[in-house]
Amino acid sequence: MNWADTILQGALLGGLYALFAAGLSLVFGIMRLVNLAHGDLIVLAAYLILVLVSTLGLHPFLAVLIAMPVMFAAGWLLQSYVLNRTLGPDILPPLLVTFGLSVVLQNGLLQASSADSRRIPSGVLETASVAIGPLTIGVMPMLTFASAVAVILILNRVLYGTELGRAFRATSDDAVTAGLMGIKPHRTFAVATGIAMAIVAIAAVFLGTRANFDPTIGPARLIYAFEAVIMGGLGSLWGTLAGGVVLGVAQTIGGAINPEWQILAGHVAFVLVLLVRPRGFFPRAVD
Amino acid sequence: MALLATHGLTAFYRDFQALFGVDLTLEAGETIAIVGANGAGKSTLMRSISGVLRNGADQILFEGRPIGAMSAPEVMGLGIAMVPEGRKLFPSLSVEENLLIGRYGRATDGPWSLETIYQLFPVLKERRNTPGTALSGGQQQMVAIGRALMSNPRVLLCDELSLGLAPIIIKDIYAAFPAIRNSGASIAIVEQDIGQAMKVADRLYCMMEGRVTLTGRPAELSRDAIHAAYFGAHA
Repeated sequence: MNWADTILQGALLGGLYALFAAGLSLVFGIMRLVNLAHGDLIVLAAYLILVLVSTLGLHPFLAVLIAMPVMFAAGWLLQSYVLNRTLGPDILPPLLVTFGLSVVLQNGLLQASSADSRRIPSGVLETASVAIGPLTIGVMPMLTFASAVAVILILNRVLYGTELGRAFRATSDDAVTAGLMGIKPHRTFAVATGIAMAIVAIAAVFLGTRANFDPTIGPARLIYAFEAVIMGGLGSLWGTLAGGVVLGVAQTIGGAINPEWQILAGHVAFVLVLLVRPRGFFPRAVD
Repeated sequence: MALLATHGLTAFYRDFQALFGVDLTLEAGETIAIVGANGAGKSTLMRSISGVLRNGADQILFEGRPIGAMSAPEVMGLGIAMVPEGRKLFPSLSVEENLLIGRYGRATDGPWSLETIYQLFPVLKERRNTPGTALSGGQQQMVAIGRALMSNPRVLLCDELSLGLAPIIIKDIYAAFPAIRNSGASIAIVEQDIGQAMKVADRLYCMMEGRVTLTGRPAELSRDAIHAAYFGAHA
């Protein structure tokens, strides 16, 4: 096994997990809502991009630019008309509703597109790579990681440098007092879920071009996203990227030793990290 | 017509009735104080006016317009800002961000801006980048007042400004009120500290058990009358 190569591939895979997790982290951070359908929404977005690519003949990166506003609108509507009604002192209703949504999405996709596994064709990019010294790095994994970094940079910029971001953080701290400031919490939540779904579209294009997908793989993506968020520390987006990298590296090393160990190694790393740092790498001062 | 008025205002927490027909007026340019013991309904009154609690639409009028059933963001949009009990600064936001959130989504016309707030409370400028909740209680209260002023409100509601603060700090806070008055805002202050309330207010409302028990100009009210209205006749 070439260690440097394995670790590098794993780190780049972590970028994909960070993309899975960024939207989840944003939504959880702002409204303490755990969206159990997050993974299935990624798969839904992947099918949407696949349809755009196969019917209109668009390049996947062009299709994602169309999918992003569509998913934003879907997220906005989902939050406004469904999830806002479930929010309250009891945390169970949003869990039940998003779990139900997850089942509905999986079966809906199964009906609409069968259980066959699919892939979004990305042409020459699929196999393109660059050699750096002894290492060979795929162009797509690099683009994935770069996108994750860009998404986190932009999200942090929005959260800490704009009026919308101040409203997000204020609503997260105390929705009643935020209302006294003229902020409408439910509208703020709708925008947040919209942004999360736009990020889901970005995650989906890299999920769908990297490997095969079918309607049932959503829940596993949700688990990876969760593990990245928790390992990174709730509330820290850079932490989420770090968590994604740890997960990716662990999976790649595990897979290099024995392909059967790939998934298991990621989960073991997650447990080990929590044993050493129960609040993750970069926990927020106040929770 | 009064700028702000309540007519027979009632409020409930589920089965518990907290206000029993409160009548109150606030004229333009006026400062009123609402005093009373714990549980008299003062804070419920503030929460009702500010829209945190919903009431019958006609029970609260702003310039004659029924606003009793409006939500807090809608009431805020009319120019009624609140300094909530316990200050309620946003812990994730710095001092300056706490001030900026006060003018969320609003045009900034009027006397109050970051600069004028910092002139009113100079200590806040030095600490503008610290988290709001890292300040002392008195400084936090200044941020809470500044945050409400940032919206250039026509009515400023202040709930329990002196709660948990040392007397000397309370004096500092109240020293800002002449400037706030001069900026044109009408002010309603809820206080447990009767002495402080009588100093700043044009008119006083005394509340007990969800009702107004006494009202009048501070100079015209005797200590005994206030005492009786505050604690009940037999106290």
